[in-house]
Amino acid sequence: MASVTESLPPPRSTTGPIAWVRERLFSSPLNTVLTILAVWLILMTVPPFIEWALIGANFTAATSQECRAASGACWAFIAEKHRLMLFGLYPFNEQWRPALAAVILVALIVLTCMPRFWNKTLLPIWVVGIIAVGVLMWGGVLGLQYVENTNWGGLPLTLILATVGIAFAFPFGLLLALGRRSRMPAIKTLCIMYIELIRGVPLISMLFMASVMLPLFLPEGFTIDKLLRAQIAIIMFAAAYIAEVVRGGLQAIPKGQYEGADSLGLSYWQKMGFIILPQALKVVIPPMVSLFIAVFKDTSLVVIIGIYDLMQSTKVALTDPLWRGFSIEAYVFVSAIYFIFCYSMSKYSRALEDRLATGHKR
Amino acid sequence: MTAPIIEMQQVNKWYGEFHVLRNINLNVARGERIVVCGPSGSGKSTMIRCINRLEEHQQGRIVVDGTELTNDLKNIEAIRREVGMVFQHFNLFPHLTVLENLTLGPIWVLRKPKAEAEATAMKYLERVRIPEQAKKYPGQLSGGQQQRVAIARSLCMNPKIMLFDEPTSALDPEMVKEVLDVMIQLAEEGGMTMLCVTHEMGFAKAVAHRVIFMDRGEIVEQNKPEEFFSNPQNERTRLFLSQILH
Repeated sequence: MASVTESLPPPRSTTGPIAWVRERLFSSPLNTVLTILAVWLILMTVPPFIEWALIGANFTAATSQECRAASGACWAFIAEKHRLMLFGLYPFNEQWRPALAAVILVALIVLTCMPRFWNKTLLPIWVVGIIAVGVLMWGGVLGLQYVENTNWGGLPLTLILATVGIAFAFPFGLLLALGRRSRMPAIKTLCIMYIELIRGVPLISMLFMASVMLPLFLPEGFTIDKLLRAQIAIIMFAAAYIAEVVRGGLQAIPKGQYEGADSLGLSYWQKMGFIILPQALKVVIPPMVSLFIAVFKDTSLVVIIGIYDLMQSTKVALTDPLWRGFSIEAYVFVSAIYFIFCYSMSKYSRALEDRLATGHKR
Repeated sequence: MTAPIIEMQQVNKWYGEFHVLRNINLNVARGERIVVCGPSGSGKSTMIRCINRLEEHQQGRIVVDGTELTNDLKNIEAIRREVGMVFQHFNLFPHLTVLENLTLGPIWVLRKPKAEAEATAMKYLERVRIPEQAKKYPGQLSGGQQQRVAIARSLCMNPKIMLFDEPTSALDPEMVKEVLDVMIQLAEEGGMTMLCVTHEMGFAKAVAHRVIFMDRGEIVEQNKPEEFFSNPQNERTRLFLSQILH
């Protein structure tokens, strides 16, 4: 037997491109088959798409006839209709206002994502930002023309529904999650009933209920704005799901953390706020971001109660008889917008996980 | 003699059908140091966890420093401010730095200014001999260091009573001594009422005023350490001691 100090033979070459290819792509018969299959799929899909979207595309046509002559995509349609798609029925000359509002909303979200703003300045920033968005969208003050919210539409509306929806649903969902684990039976039962009821119903039916049934129960002459009703339905819906995601995180926290906090004499809210929730939320970042992405996309369901979000204003753009038949281009365009937002959320969640991982490593 | 700082009278507790504490009567004097030992499942941890209401007793009375433990949250929080606890698994907060672990209670429970809380925290970190770890996270420390941080965290609350729930049981053998040294040092400074559940009989001999032996939820025997070890009265005590002392 070799002595322990005797050196082992060097390992087979594990560097260089050939070793990499052998190891990553052709390490077994199954992997070889998978590699070939994947390459074939890429060859089948990517070049034709590039041909359609870029090489054969027409970007500048003035009329739809001219555009139809192109072998590929007709991006001139987007150039012609992008204002309608992005801003819906908002008065054409005032569309800088929703554009600015959308920029403010995105800026608010970006600021919120930066750890250096995780302090007391964030709340006033949000209050000011949301007021600015409201003033820009409605107008009626500062010499801005008043625009009814039935005329709002497109991307700003989608952003408002999603941002306000998540911003309100998140704290509400936290409270529901804590309530569901409460020792007080009345609160616990109430929270469970709420969560299970909402989760048992599709968002579409909640939007229908909010728009059709709710007015039946309200006193004569008392109406709640349609957009507000849709917004409340989204908040109520998202909160129930957030509550369940947070509950999953709460269950992952060992009992010792509660006892450690208790033994210091922390009150219930201090214990939850400083010890339990920060750890629980860290655990549930991936499912939470999935949920936010789902909420963002689900806002497109408001079309069924006649609100012109990004999806619906795109459909409207497609009904122009002069520019018929460019639905693929239109949907690729909105898909790209949705994708940019959702993919950013996804990337951010990964970065956040990495950033917060330090304290949790054991 | 002054009134005892902890009074337990006819305390009973059940986990479902299982009778985990049976008629516990225990008075602890101010500054007294008690070691509680016994086989696993004998209720010793449960007993000291009743003192700061991490476990609820179902019968009997527990009075801590003149305040009776009832369902009244105010009383419970008041008692927890007076009673520090060190756990088997440390229960440090992994998302906070060592310094933040130590200052959280003083700042939010005792309402001390941050600077003062941090100064106190550093003082105790020096006493447990790890001031250089203040900015690290608990996960970056060894078990022995974590347990010393946990002791410092309790001391920062300036408690009148310290409870130790098997503080060295989860440690690798080579780290037991560094934790025991800190505990012995704390004992030798005097003044602190200490209740310690442990099987470290050397520690018991060195610092305890009284050793309590528990079995099947009862206090079977209690005595001064020298008497307890040299002349155990009860058959169960003798059996237990023969098993742990070899």
